[in-house]
Amino acid sequence: MAIDLTIKVAGEGGEGVISSGDFIMQAATRAGMEVMTFKSFPAEIKGGYALSQVRISDRKILSQGDGFNILVAFNGEAYEVNKGLLKPGTIMVWDGPHGGDFEPEEHEGVQMFAVPMSDIAKNTLRNYLFKNMVAMGAVIELFGLPEDSLKSSIHDKFIKKGQDIVDSNYQAIELGRQWIRDNYPGRKVAHTFPASAKQKDVIILEGNEAIALGAAMAGARFYGAYPITPATSVGNHLVKLLHHTGGVVYQTEDEISALATVIGASFTGVKALTATSGPGISLMQELIGLAIMSEVPIVIADIQRGGPSTGMPTKHDQSDLFACTLGSHGDAPRIVMAVADVHDCVYLTIDAFNLAETYQSPVMLLSDASLSIQTECIPRPDMSKVTLVERLFATPPAEGEKFNRYQITATGVSPMGAPGIPGTNYAATGLEHSEDSGPRTNTETRNAMTEKRWRKFDNIEDAYTPIEREGEAGDDLGIIAWGMTQAVTREAVARLRAQGHKVSALYPKMLWPLPKKQIEAFAASVRRVVVPEANFQGQFADLIKMRSNVTPIKFNAYRGEPLIPREIENMALELLKTDKAPARVAIR
Amino acid sequence: MALPATINIHVDEPLKAKDYRSDITPTWCPGCGDFGVVGALAKAYADQKYNPNAVTTVSGIGCSSRLPLWMNSFGIHSCHGRAVPVAVGAHLARPEMPVVVTIGDGDCFSIGAGHIGPPARRNMNITVIVMDNGTFALTKNQNSPLSRTGLPGTLASGLGNLDSPLNPIELMITYGATFVAQTYSANAKHMGATLNAALSHQGFSYVNVLSPCPTYNKVDTFAYFRPRIHDINESGEHTDTGNRAAALAKAAELYNHHHSDTAPVPVGVYYQVQKPVYMENVRKVQQYYKATSNPDWNAILDWFKP
Repeated sequence: MAIDLTIKVAGEGGEGVISSGDFIMQAATRAGMEVMTFKSFPAEIKGGYALSQVRISDRKILSQGDGFNILVAFNGEAYEVNKGLLKPGTIMVWDGPHGGDFEPEEHEGVQMFAVPMSDIAKNTLRNYLFKNMVAMGAVIELFGLPEDSLKSSIHDKFIKKGQDIVDSNYQAIELGRQWIRDNYPGRKVAHTFPASAKQKDVIILEGNEAIALGAAMAGARFYGAYPITPATSVGNHLVKLLHHTGGVVYQTEDEISALATVIGASFTGVKALTATSGPGISLMQELIGLAIMSEVPIVIADIQRGGPSTGMPTKHDQSDLFACTLGSHGDAPRIVMAVADVHDCVYLTIDAFNLAETYQSPVMLLSDASLSIQTECIPRPDMSKVTLVERLFATPPAEGEKFNRYQITATGVSPMGAPGIPGTNYAATGLEHSEDSGPRTNTETRNAMTEKRWRKFDNIEDAYTPIEREGEAGDDLGIIAWGMTQAVTREAVARLRAQGHKVSALYPKMLWPLPKKQIEAFAASVRRVVVPEANFQGQFADLIKMRSNVTPIKFNAYRGEPLIPREIENMALELLKTDKAPARVAIR
Repeated sequence: MALPATINIHVDEPLKAKDYRSDITPTWCPGCGDFGVVGALAKAYADQKYNPNAVTTVSGIGCSSRLPLWMNSFGIHSCHGRAVPVAVGAHLARPEMPVVVTIGDGDCFSIGAGHIGPPARRNMNITVIVMDNGTFALTKNQNSPLSRTGLPGTLASGLGNLDSPLNPIELMITYGATFVAQTYSANAKHMGATLNAALSHQGFSYVNVLSPCPTYNKVDTFAYFRPRIHDINESGEHTDTGNRAAALAKAAELYNHHHSDTAPVPVGVYYQVQKPVYMENVRKVQQYYKATSNPDWNAILDWFKP
C-alpha cells in the first residue's frame, strides 16, 4: 500500500521550525522518498507563528494535501492554531510534560507523545537552539525516519561550523530518541515513514530556486532586481548561477530601475529577467509598456503575495492576474503564464524565455508566496532535451539598403538589430513609430503598428500548447485551474474520479492571450465549468468570460493560504448534487 | 543570425560627424541650445572613432531626450526619468560597448532623481550628458529642479519659481561620480573637449551642458551666458581637479550668477579621479564563481542534489 504521510512542525519563528522541516525533507529524499513541503512564516524576522509541513510518499505527490498525520507542536500557539485539526488517527508530539508553555486537552483517538524538548535543550544541553533536534530525535524513534539520512543532512549543513557542532546536534537527537525509549517503551504508532529505498536521480529545489535554475538553463545572462518578499530569493539563487555562466546579477535602486536595466540589457541582445511581487509589478507598469512598444523580449517573474498595497507579504494569493494581463496603459499585448509546482518553475521559466524571444514581448511568469518556498524533488533535468529559442536577429542589410527594425511582417515579428550586427543600428522608442523606428502619428502607421503588435499573438494558442485535460467529454463538471491551484485540483480530481464522479479538469499554463479555443472546447464538452482560484474577484474566471463564450462558476479563497484538495472536492460534490450553475460557490 | 560574441567598438577608418547623424530632422525649435549638443556629440563620437553599430545613446523623455533619434547609433528613447537605469542594463549586458545617456535636467533631477546616484556611486562606466535649460520645455514651461528662483513656470505661483535651484555639480561629486564637468552649448570647442574627456574617462562621467531654451526660458539665454561664461580650468583658478574638497568648493560658486548680474558662469572640469569601475568588481565576482562561457550542466545540476 502506498504510504502518504504528512508531518507538520509548528512553533515560533526562529526556534528551528523551518529548519526541522528542511531536515526531514532532505533526509526523506536521501532515503529515496518523494517529498513536498509547505512552509509559512510571518514577515517579521523573529517571533510569530511559523509552520513547516512535509508530505512524504513512495509515490508522486501532487499537492501539499489536506492536513497532517503528525503534528510536532513546539509551543502553545502551535497547539492552539492546530488543535481543531487533531482528528482521530492523528498524532501529536508536543513540548511537555514539563518545561513547555502549554498543557493539551484530551483529543479522542489522537496519540499524544510528550517530549520535553525545551527542557532537555535548556537544562541538559544548555542551549535552547537544540530544541528542534531533540524533537527530531523523537520523530526518528517514533516514526522510523531513517537516522542515517537525517544525520547526513545535519552533517552537511553544520560541518562548516565544526565537528563539535555536528556532534552536539547528534547528541540532541540521541536524547530525543532516548526519551521516547524510556517513556513510551514499545508504543506502536499509527503512521510511519516509508521504508528506505535507493535515492532517486533527482534534484531538490524550492520554487524560487527552480525559477533561477530555469532562467540559467534558458540562457539568461542578466538579472536586475530590487529586494521584495517573496521574490528576493530568485536573485539569491541566481548570484551563483548567473555569475558562473558569465552573466550579471544587479541590485537596483527600485523596481522601476530593475525593469529598466532588464530592458536595456535585452536591447543589446542578451536574455534578461527580473523577479518581483505585487508592489513591484505596480511600479513596473510603465516600463512594461516600453518593452511592448519597442518590442524588447523580457521575462518578469511575479511571485504573488496578498495585496493590495503592502497586504500580506509572506502569504499566498493569486490576485496579480489582472495587473499582469491588463496592467500598463494603452493597447498593450503581452504573454502571461503561471506555474503550478516546482517542475513548472524550471520548465515554464525556460518556456517564458523562449516565448519572449519568439514574440519579442514581455512574458509575465506568475508564481506565489507558497510555491516560492515549496520544496520538491524533481527528476534531474537533461539539458540535451531542452529546446532553447534565440530571437530573430537581423542580418546585415545589403549595400545601400536600409534596416527597418519594425518591418511590417505577416507574423508581426520583425528581425531585431543588435550591437555588433553591422548596419542594424536603430533607436528604439516608446513613441509610436514607423518601420524604421522614426516617430510617427499618422493614421496609417498607427493602425499598421498597433495591428502588428497584436498580430504576433494571433496563433500563439496553436503554437504553444502546454495545456492538459483530464476526464471525458460529457462529464458533469469541468474545473479550470491555474497556478498552484492546479496542483491542488489535480489531487481533488483524482479523488473525485476514483469515487466515480464525472469530473473533468483543464490545466492551462499560458493564461494570456487567453487560450480561447481550448477553453471553449473544454466548456462545450462538460455540463458546467468552475474556476477555483485564490483571489476574491475570480480574476481568471472574469478573463475567461471577457474573452470567450464561457461564463465560469467562481470558487474563491482569499484568506492568505492556498486552497486544499478537500475544499475543491467538497465544492465539486456540492455542484454535482444539482444541475444549477450558481455565480459563486462558498468555501466549506 | 546569431548575436556576435564580440563587437568592434571602433571603426578602422575615422568617420565624419555627419556619419553619426540620422536622416531624421530634429523637431527642436529654431535657436534651441540642443542643436549644439547633438552636433558636438556626433563630432565627439567621430573623434572617439566609435562604431555606429556599437555605441548606444540612451535617453528619457523631453525635448532634449529626442536626441538619440537624430543620431546614427544604437539608441533607446526610453521612459521619462528612466534613461540612466536603461543605460546601466545595456552597459552591464555588453560592458565593452560605449553607453551614453542624453537627457534633460527635469528628466535627470526631477522624475529620474532616484536613478542618478547609485550608478555614480558604483562608478558605472557610462557617460551622462544633461542638457540643462532650466525648464520643462516639451510640456511648455514648468520649473525644473535646476530652474533659478523666480523663473516663470505654468505650474509655479504667479511669483515664479519658489524654490532654489539644485547644484548638479555638487550633487554629482557627492554621489561619487569620477568625472564631473560643465560646458556650454554655444561653445563648440569647449563642449567638444569636455565631451571627449567624458567619453574617454573610465568610470561614471557627468557633463552638465548649459543649453538655453529660447522658447520658454527668457532669463538663461545665450545673450545672458555669452559675456559671463568663464573657463575655470583655463583661467588657472581650478586646476587641482583630483581634489574632492577643492572641487566641491569650486562647485559651490556655481549659482552665484543667480544672485549677481556680474558673477561669472563657470564651465570646465570640476572633478576627475581614477577608481575601479563597477564592471571590474563584477568580473571579480564572475571569477569567484568560476565563470565560463561553456558551463558544465551536469556539474551545475549536482549543486541541487539532495
